[in-house]
Amino acid sequence: MASLINTFINTLNWPVLLILLPLIGAMICFIWPRSAILTGLITLSAVLCCVAGLTWQLLEHGVYRHPVGGWGAPLGIDLYADGLSLIMLLTTALVGSAISVYSTAYLKPQESTRFWPVWLLLLAALNALFLSADLFNLYVTLELMGLAAVTLTALSATRQAYNGAMRYLLATLLGSLCYLLAIALLYHAYATVDISLLAQRVDSSPVSWAAFGLISAGLALKTALFPLHFWLPPAHSSAPAPVSALLSALVVKASFYILLRVWLEIFAPLGAGAVELFGLLGMLAVVWGSIQALRQTRLKLLIAYSTVAQIGYLFMAFPLASNRPQLWAAVLYLALSHALAKSAMFLSAGNLLKYGGHDRISDLDRVVQRLPLTAAAFALAGVSIMGLPPSGGFISKWLLLEAAITQGRWDLALVMIFGGLLAAAYIFKVLGRTFTQAATTHEARAVPASMEWPALLLALGAIVLGFIAIPMFGLIHIGDAFGLGGVQP
Amino acid sequence: MISSANLYALTGSGLFSLGLYGLIMYAHLLRKILAINVMGSGIFLLLVALAYRSPGQPDVVPHAMVITGIVVAVSATALALGLMLKLATHSSSTQLPDED
Repeated sequence: MASLINTFINTLNWPVLLILLPLIGAMICFIWPRSAILTGLITLSAVLCCVAGLTWQLLEHGVYRHPVGGWGAPLGIDLYADGLSLIMLLTTALVGSAISVYSTAYLKPQESTRFWPVWLLLLAALNALFLSADLFNLYVTLELMGLAAVTLTALSATRQAYNGAMRYLLATLLGSLCYLLAIALLYHAYATVDISLLAQRVDSSPVSWAAFGLISAGLALKTALFPLHFWLPPAHSSAPAPVSALLSALVVKASFYILLRVWLEIFAPLGAGAVELFGLLGMLAVVWGSIQALRQTRLKLLIAYSTVAQIGYLFMAFPLASNRPQLWAAVLYLALSHALAKSAMFLSAGNLLKYGGHDRISDLDRVVQRLPLTAAAFALAGVSIMGLPPSGGFISKWLLLEAAITQGRWDLALVMIFGGLLAAAYIFKVLGRTFTQAATTHEARAVPASMEWPALLLALGAIVLGFIAIPMFGLIHIGDAFGLGGVQP
Repeated sequence: MISSANLYALTGSGLFSLGLYGLIMYAHLLRKILAINVMGSGIFLLLVALAYRSPGQPDVVPHAMVITGIVVAVSATALALGLMLKLATHSSSTQLPDED
């Protein structure tokens, strides 16, 4: 029986299912809107099973590579999965499932029929992105993801939502075009777009550095790295809460993943000087984003600016990790913790919005007594965002801080500590208000359990990450995407 | 002496820059959307021109990329125009407001 299960798990092509299932689900939701919620939830459960199957497969057999249609790398499209892609797929499936359950209660029926097909398309694009092995396929999935994300931003059909969506669309298209231009240059110089073939052929020439510059600029725009973050706060704060959570937790991480993958596999061996600029912009992002977050009077805008700040940490790690490749696992762990914590925060904000009918921070009226689960979710997510122990955010920020100090990078270390203090300031600004009575009391509405629990579970997930770092780092190192040569940290 | 392939490639880069200028400088959304299309066309021209490596035998892979790129560009333009119309009916303006 055990061997039968084993064969079953190993013969199924999990990555292909990961792309096809959400795609089929999206079509069904589009054709039969009445069964959209049921279809969506079934698809999400199936995707969770597939990720579990893929995890098992990678643990047993190592890196996965599949030539689609049997065509092979230079001409055809390859699917590829290692520890780096697996962590992203896992994050997407877990966060996506929690947000899906939440959305069944949060969205109005009319919004719900529009939400499900586009969200499942977004899920298919994200999964395909994390499994792509060539730059052009990454471009196509990046565009699919961008268009689906913009459509979701416009879901609430208000003027602010259209406004945010339009800004987001223009920014995301500009980013993709820069990336496509880089592909044209790379293909001309090296006659391939396959990442592993490019890694062998690339040399330190003006063409390859121009291409890296274009890729960095395009993807930094899509990841909302300071000073290219202008589109993020209006888009993320005007969307409905489940959509904001998806955008902040998953969509910005996907473009960061491409940047990380391209840097690690293709450009890092050419020389590390280029990443100092990432470090500098990261520091500015942490300071600017945190100060802006502190100044906001609306909860969703505060959380959106907090995303800008936390993305800064991901980029600050570049100069540190290029001297010590073990740190890349910490960077990825930070992205994972942020995905869980930030989605929990946006979902809690959605609960507060439903409960009070507004998201003005100063009018949060004794939330702790009336919505204890939501307040707990926000506080626990805040623990991870601030980088306090025991949480995933603490583990990764601690590793980065330690590296900054041992490498003598006092500028980075100071900004990390300062950023943590500012994060504490803006989170306690919200938490403090939840305990007190507001000047004007509002008639509170009930919030269903299917909205409170997903937020709390995501926040608990961000805390639990602090305890399971060792096995998770083991997963991240499958396939050795960071060039450690088999050396475990 | 400049070869015809290089001429096309230079024109492509020129179109990209022109489109970028238009995207940043003009406030009207239709102009912005057109500018993005001009940028896209510039890249497609560049891809096709750079595919011509040795005389008589062009590389087919960039052609496939251009076709895929055109499909993406058409969908993106359709979405952008749809959003622009929605925005125009909601705010009776075809420009993005300056606040926030």
